[in-house]
Amino acid sequence: MIMMKLSCDEATKICDKSQYGEATLWEKIKLNFHVFMCKTCGLYSKQNRIMTKCYEKHQEQNETEEVCLKPIEKKDMKEELIEKM
Amino acid sequence: MSLKKHKLNPNNWVDAHADYLFNYAISRVNNYEMAKDLVQETFFAGLKAAANFQGKASERTWLISILKRKIIDYYRKINSAKGRAEVKINFYTDGEREGEWIEERVPSRWSNDVGKSLENEELHDTLEKCIDNLPQKYEMVFRMKTIREMDTEEICKELEITSSNLWVIIHRARTQLRKCMEDNWFKN
Repeated sequence: MIMMKLSCDEATKICDKSQYGEATLWEKIKLNFHVFMCKTCGLYSKQNRIMTKCYEKHQEQNETEEVCLKPIEKKDMKEELIEKM
Repeated sequence: MSLKKHKLNPNNWVDAHADYLFNYAISRVNNYEMAKDLVQETFFAGLKAAANFQGKASERTWLISILKRKIIDYYRKINSAKGRAEVKINFYTDGEREGEWIEERVPSRWSNDVGKSLENEELHDTLEKCIDNLPQKYEMVFRMKTIREMDTEEICKELEITSSNLWVIIHRARTQLRKCMEDNWFKN
């Protein structure tokens, strides 16, 4: 039984890890056991799944587009570089 | 038959590689000016080290390897900067209650229309502000892991941190973001 015991800090850390699919089976078992008894961490787990959805939506919106430096910035860069040569 | 040896051509660096290096840098540091500075520093360092270039890797690969060092230096700097902002602590760190929730950080119930509010445009602004408010180190690692979806192993290698170190950072970032979104979005 003692091996099952997690603090809320540890439990929510595993919960965060599992949002990326990277918690081990044993960690998930311990997390479930903790959440079964701890309402606060149960609520955290529920909200954490909502937060994960938020991040996913946010990521879709921010689809990383190529960013270019401005021509003037490149010109400055070049000049500074040539100075150092 | 001789293997083609790569050569360096600093005159052409800005035109050929600046945008590529800049994109690489900004996807790590999330700051336009900082990314630009890192690219410039990379070019300067490249000039200095040009004599050591052996022509085994392409010019770009070689420049990226310099930039990677610069990013590690940057990460170490924001990680050790004096008086740096830390995330608020959510759990007692010592004493009898170590690891338990601190009362004012305990999650509150959110309103019921959570699903609907996810479709809201303003949600993204609020979320972006919350992420921006994270201390730099937490923001950097959180974005790499969650927004850029990089592998844990890759982030650890790039920043020279351990995976347990990474999960502590992600854990603190996420608990902070949860609280921030609760206060500014879900609680109304």
